[in-house]
Amino acid sequence: MTSLLTITDVRRSFGDVTALDGVSLDIREGEFFALLGPSGCGKTTLLRILAGFESPDAGTVTLGADDLTAIPAHRRPVNLMFQSYALFPHLSVEKNVAYGLEREKLGRAEIRERVGEVLDRVGLAGAAKRRPHQLSGGQRQRVALARAIVKRPRLLLLDEPLSALDRKVRAEMQLWLKQLQHEVGITFVVVTHDQEEAMSMADRIAVLNHGRVEQVDTPVALYGAPRTHFVADFIGGNNFFAGTAVPGGLLDGTVLPGLPSVPDTIAEGDAAVLAVRPEQIRIGTGLDDAVLRGTVLDVSFYGGTSRFAVRVADRATPIQVQRQGAPGFVPDQEVDLSWSEAEAVLIQPAASG
Amino acid sequence: MKAKLERITLLGPGLGYLTALMVVPLALVLSYTIFQRGRFGGLVYEPTTENFRRAVDPLYLDVLVTSVWIAGVTTLLALLIGYPTAYVIAHLPKRAKTIALVALVLPFWTNFLIRTYAWIVLLSPAGLVNDALTGWGLVDEPLQLLYTKPAIIAGLLYSYLPLMVLPLYASLEKQDGHLLEAAANLGARPARAFWTVTLPLTLPAMLTGCVFVFVPSLGNFVVPELLGGGRTAMVGNLVRDQFLKARDWPFGATLALAVVAMLVVLLLIQAWSGRRLQGSDHA
Repeated sequence: MTSLLTITDVRRSFGDVTALDGVSLDIREGEFFALLGPSGCGKTTLLRILAGFESPDAGTVTLGADDLTAIPAHRRPVNLMFQSYALFPHLSVEKNVAYGLEREKLGRAEIRERVGEVLDRVGLAGAAKRRPHQLSGGQRQRVALARAIVKRPRLLLLDEPLSALDRKVRAEMQLWLKQLQHEVGITFVVVTHDQEEAMSMADRIAVLNHGRVEQVDTPVALYGAPRTHFVADFIGGNNFFAGTAVPGGLLDGTVLPGLPSVPDTIAEGDAAVLAVRPEQIRIGTGLDDAVLRGTVLDVSFYGGTSRFAVRVADRATPIQVQRQGAPGFVPDQEVDLSWSEAEAVLIQPAASG
Repeated sequence: MKAKLERITLLGPGLGYLTALMVVPLALVLSYTIFQRGRFGGLVYEPTTENFRRAVDPLYLDVLVTSVWIAGVTTLLALLIGYPTAYVIAHLPKRAKTIALVALVLPFWTNFLIRTYAWIVLLSPAGLVNDALTGWGLVDEPLQLLYTKPAIIAGLLYSYLPLMVLPLYASLEKQDGHLLEAAANLGARPARAFWTVTLPLTLPAMLTGCVFVFVPSLGNFVVPELLGGGRTAMVGNLVRDQFLKARDWPFGATLALAVVAMLVVLLLIQAWSGRRLQGSDHA
């Protein structure tokens, strides 16, 4: 696939706060891309740079063949769906959607047609004459989306698109957004702090932390093969063990099986961290391949799954284990824990600070 | 039942005060309009329509029209000057904003009469303005600035400009900055975004400001007296003169009724259009 948006070594600071510390990304044509990170990681600044509300201190942003930073915000073929939606309160739904087309000096008939078409698509044809304050949160969001996609941008930015919705509407919108992206074929860039949102919708995710890109990968790769301690910790649950790398695992009192998430990044004898997901750990009694032995501290049943906290001698933090179905173990019971090399990853320890 | 009692208790003092000191006196004054004046002032309780006939006499009608004209021009100028002022203040950094707002209301701490007298000092033939004009050789002789309609307008404008700036400032200040970004994002250059987003959203505040300036300008009699030299009478002067000089309470009350009626109509228009313009406030 051809790349649409290329961000090269973009930097931006506000006073002595560094928001973006050399970010480089390549976003492909037609892709559903997510910028994921905790608050303050720089994702919003990057989004504002793409929309043209901020300029980078250094670095380049190109869209296709054009230098995006040289184009003022109102001429960029980039539309943004604001987190707050930013609908014009004094205009009806259809006027809100038509606003961007009117700026393009299109004919009235064409504007009417395109507005009607997009309102149909987002299922708001019946609400065309209403004002934003007469709509529900989910409807407002769809107006905001309609207003952005009616311009047929080359790049659509979505700022925390689902954060203002309640849980039930969220799940629907998540699915709907993904379908919509497929139908209209516009490249979507979603900014979010919610990993579930990013994982479920995006083709690829860039995880940002402290103004740097930690990892860019597909959701499955991010989950299965985190490259950094931050990614392993931020996405999903994980049990961490610190120690020294040995062939086939990590030496931390005993040898814990695991393989480097990125081959050849960790040599024997290096300090390393082993991360193993709760659902990769088997729990049982009298397991042949037991890696660790411990005592069940706590059991919780979540319907489809059960979770355990297991205390292992000489370890401060209990180990989190998850399995399908009913618990089958009770607190204070002695259990074995096991996992294989392929089920745990070895990563470099977090850089101090 | 309890809620009702609570409401009456809370509303009571305010409503009572307004009823006793505003509604009742106003009703009394308005009732005077249908009676005749006594020989030495006071009232003779014999119904008449004479007062209303006199009020539409060209002599008095003229004063009313002039008053509306002066108050109207004052309001328009206040809007033209006040809007940019409010806009700039709303976009100042926080500290400077506070200073600007204090500076704006500071004149209110000085007596209204004294502030109006100050304008005499400025505008008189030997005043500062004429000194400057003759000093720079722009005019040969001092201009007659004082005791003119422009002088009245200047005085009214000076007094009531803050009443235009404050509601506009409040409206501009609370406006969601994302709206302008959204306009830019949708392809509107800054001037276009201002006309299509900022301005329509401040229309209710503009109306409020206009009413705030127009109403006291129309009824003002101190400024026309001092800066108009009594030559350009406004309806406020007329009412005052009828009550205090001519001792014709019934006719004074009739003129007052005309002003009140006009203002009520104006307020109704404002309330109606305000509701139409900004549905979002009722969300």
